[in-house]
Amino acid sequence: MARTHAETGSPAGAAAFLLVPNGPLRAGIDARAVIAVALVFLASTAVGAATATEGTRSALEVIWTWSPLLLWGFLFNLFISAAAMLIGTAAGVPLGVLQTSDLGPVRWLAWLVTQFFRNSPWLVLLFLCVFLIPYRFTVLGYTVLLPDWSKAILGFALPVMANVSEIVRGAIQSVPTGQWESSASLGFNRRQTLAQIILPQCYKRMLPPWMNLYSLITMSTVNASVVGVSEMITLTNEVLAAEGSRPALLAPLYGFALVCFFLYCYPIARWTQALERRFNVRG
Amino acid sequence: MEAFADWFRWLYEVTGINLTYFYDPFDRARMLRGLLLTLWMAGVTIALSIVVGLIGAWLQGSRFRWLRLAVDGFISLFRNTPPLVQIYFFYFGLGYMLPRVPDVSSGQLEPLLSNVQWAIVSLSLFAGAFNIEIFRSGIEAVSRSTVEAAESLGFSRWQTYRDVVLPLAIRTCLPALSNNLVNLIKTTNLAYAIAVPELMYAAKQIWADTTNVPEMMITVLVIYVAIATLFAWGMTRLERWLKVPGFGTGA
Repeated sequence: MARTHAETGSPAGAAAFLLVPNGPLRAGIDARAVIAVALVFLASTAVGAATATEGTRSALEVIWTWSPLLLWGFLFNLFISAAAMLIGTAAGVPLGVLQTSDLGPVRWLAWLVTQFFRNSPWLVLLFLCVFLIPYRFTVLGYTVLLPDWSKAILGFALPVMANVSEIVRGAIQSVPTGQWESSASLGFNRRQTLAQIILPQCYKRMLPPWMNLYSLITMSTVNASVVGVSEMITLTNEVLAAEGSRPALLAPLYGFALVCFFLYCYPIARWTQALERRFNVRG
Repeated sequence: MEAFADWFRWLYEVTGINLTYFYDPFDRARMLRGLLLTLWMAGVTIALSIVVGLIGAWLQGSRFRWLRLAVDGFISLFRNTPPLVQIYFFYFGLGYMLPRVPDVSSGQLEPLLSNVQWAIVSLSLFAGAFNIEIFRSGIEAVSRSTVEAAESLGFSRWQTYRDVVLPLAIRTCLPALSNNLVNLIKTTNLAYAIAVPELMYAAKQIWADTTNVPEMMITVLVIYVAIATLFAWGMTRLERWLKVPGFGTGA
């Protein structure tokens, strides 16, 4: 394996490693997998083209015409996932820390909340948020309107919160107890130990599962089409309707969505794997 | 039984909490059918995804390079695309391309696979892709010397896999497998999107009729959490039951 400055363990080196894919990451993007996906996609469009009747446009033409709209929808998916990840992480980290609290009831409650949201299906949580949160609030005379997508973000943030909570708990518990004991003997209180000694060691362990979660939540954002948020799949359905609902277009258009998500999520997955390998070797 | 139903009627009148499936036979039947279909789909997809995982993991150890590449491609494809779009792609896209066959009873031309079957196929492949990785990591954890010992005793490749590697590998990967299967149970409700009348769909029909959205929503959530928790508990029991003395931290 190529030695890089990241392995010296300096924070700057680690940051550089995260930003610049080098070392084992160079082998990261596997051309074969991309080619395989392209083949599947082309095969489906070919079948679509073969069954197209006179006077209608081929599947590729349709995709080409509508691709700006569809890609805009895809960007909206990415926005939803990023916002959900941000909110979910902000809520999940404290929840995870509470799961390791030395106060029994606090620990138990945090555990209960985590388990409940971890074990509920993501689609049900999405329904819950979109249908049960009112579309407008009146606070101090101001009326706040909540569009569907903002409620959907909350619906995705809930499972993120629960999963981040578990990641944080796992990482904290993987730090040897001796660290707690030596910090205590050096006069650190519990909060200081956690913030200055334990958590800084956790980032590395938390990063790969956190990235995995990000990839999963990105793929789940298409669930928002079920509740009518105009993201990529909703737009795909609208494009299908606009093109006269020709069945021959179904596979190519959904295939196009599959390809977009694959091209975004696959590099993340490879990157995550590379990080896992690296951290395992060094941990 | 009648008193039970009456109590829930009374609950509705007094508090406004309308749990129709406790006193309305029609809603109860819908809800039960939905629950049964969810359980059935969960059972079938779990079984099929394990089969996909075992076959895939076995093929990954193949001598033929193109076979290993095909399995790798399958895993990458299914792990990195949204399961909902996979379901759409299978049900709408492939479903349209497949020939229609005459129905046994009516003789009318019907699609080869129904929406329930398509949901089962695509969810099994989706979870199966994860299972292949899980089983492979379990198989890799079996020490090389154990496999060599089996080979030197004259076991064939298939026999070594079935009698030596697999029993050990399954024990190693049970925690990860149980995690993935719980996820699969939760994911079965994506079939809602192609109008499979499972639990979520039944609940939606009921709340469309009686506008008791919060009650039905919470009911569905509680049922899913209960199923997932029970399954996870069962898997932990299985883990303990299968435990080989001398491995891990010991029971």
